[in-house]
Amino acid sequence: MLFLAFMAAPIVYAVYLSFQKTQVTGLGLGSGARKQVFVGFENYVAALSDPEFGASIGRVLLYGLVLVPAMLGLALLFALLLDARGTRAAGFSRVAIFLPYAVPAVISSLLWGFLYLPGVSPFYFVFDALGWEAPDILSSDLVLFGIANIALWGGVGFNMIVMYTSLKAVPTEIYEAAKLDGATEVDIALKIKVPIIAPSIVMTSLFSLIATLQVFAEPTTLRPLSNSLSTSWTPLMKVYRDAFTRDDIYSAAATSVVIALATLLLSFLFLRIVQKRAFGQED
Amino acid sequence: MTATATVPVDVPRLSKPRAGKDRASRGKPNWIATVILLLGALYCLLPVFWVVTASTKDGSELFSTFTFAPSSHLWDNIVELTAYRDGVFWRWMLNTALYAGVGALLSTYVSALSGYVLAKFTFPGKNTVFSVLLMGVLVPGVILAIPQYFLFAQVGLTNTYWSVLLPQIISPYGIYLARIYAAASVPTDVIEAARTEGAGEMRIFSTIATSMMLPGLVTIFLFQFVAIWNNFLLPYIMLGDDGLFPITVGLNGLLNQGATVPALYTLVITGALLSVLPLIAMFLLLQRFWRVDLAAGAVKA
Repeated sequence: MLFLAFMAAPIVYAVYLSFQKTQVTGLGLGSGARKQVFVGFENYVAALSDPEFGASIGRVLLYGLVLVPAMLGLALLFALLLDARGTRAAGFSRVAIFLPYAVPAVISSLLWGFLYLPGVSPFYFVFDALGWEAPDILSSDLVLFGIANIALWGGVGFNMIVMYTSLKAVPTEIYEAAKLDGATEVDIALKIKVPIIAPSIVMTSLFSLIATLQVFAEPTTLRPLSNSLSTSWTPLMKVYRDAFTRDDIYSAAATSVVIALATLLLSFLFLRIVQKRAFGQED
Repeated sequence: MTATATVPVDVPRLSKPRAGKDRASRGKPNWIATVILLLGALYCLLPVFWVVTASTKDGSELFSTFTFAPSSHLWDNIVELTAYRDGVFWRWMLNTALYAGVGALLSTYVSALSGYVLAKFTFPGKNTVFSVLLMGVLVPGVILAIPQYFLFAQVGLTNTYWSVLLPQIISPYGIYLARIYAAASVPTDVIEAARTEGAGEMRIFSTIATSMMLPGLVTIFLFQFVAIWNNFLLPYIMLGDDGLFPITVGLNGLLNQGATVPALYTLVITGALLSVLPLIAMFLLLQRFWRVDLAAGAVKA
């Protein structure tokens, strides 16, 4: 019941709103003058043909393309190294890498935002000392990578822990057997460990993908420090602006339905591809 | 210490006793792996070092001295932050603790109950409920935040504590995890035995099932706590009165003002440091509960 009230109802209401529009009749005076009318797919057509929406989707896709493989690749590398024989100080590294997960996105964007600022950044200090010209991470070309770095910093530890947990569940005997057959540590990692924890990798990819589509807090926090982030930099920021700055809740509703559908579609597509591949290997 | 007996003599005795039992630490030291991991750790700690040193600087030092050179103004900054607008910062901290603490508790309870019911009872429409739930896992709450705002606006609940608490009580992911834990840890025999003894269903749940599911419930609680603490969009949308803000929204607002009043930057940085301390402490204390096995669930579903 609670589920209905807080999850289903907003969805239904959003879908309802997305088909509506305020129409001003007569002179626009009096309480009856403004009313909602049914407009069919008009809001959707407007939302989808809005170049700003397309641009924000493009940015998010590029962002995801940069972030997800880098984050999961690093997480997998760290997890395997933690699990490898003879790694020293593994406990310290594990906690240190996981720690950023405790830092809210707003705070981490704030910290990195300052680290990117030329006046404060240690990187600029180093570049200055070497006499090189430092890249401006907050410029419009590079800010996407700057934001991806923030998300990577916050997410890599969590994904590492997920993968490491499933590595721990694997019985050691398997490795011993492989070792007897002459497999090296790297062989074991790539040919035994990675396939065994594949389900974890799939799940973390899926959750990262979804999180990518709804990036909001990082760019919103960075905006005061960088003037290369528009108010519609990501799809969700555009929804926010339409709903609250422009007071156009109908088109905002239509856009959020589109984002929700896109997320679902992408998730199912991803799972399908992965499943096919998994079955393909079994043949 | 049987573990130490098995390691070759040339191993430096750096590893702690606990780590010595770990299978990862046996054998020759693997320096490449160690160095790569330490580099990763350095990367992850870098901003933390920075915020610690930066919060000891006053406004002019922030932009003039070397990044990691500490100064002596930490206490001044804390005093100034506390004085800022009659201590609104501590109000934000309290709000955050309230949202995250109460929200996570309620959410864990609801998740436990729903997960238990889904795992141990059969009722018409059960499978439908579960597939809707799975879809809910895939479309997380953030996308729902804006429609939720419109609904709450209709009933006049926006800009209240409720508007942030209520939507976060339901967590599809929490319910999903709770279902797995309930199925794995509460034997059906025990429930039936309790029933024959004449215990009511709610009593079985609250006395027997919850204690069996407890380790799993702690994990759900931690998950929800961090999720609510990190949530930015929902309170950002729902709240207009800055007396109700959680720390994330409050600091974001402060940073926005900092663009015109750079003196506020030191306050923002000090605030950032103070706000992550409790979470980091909680993390280190409860570390052993972070055993997240997403895949175990995926296989069973």
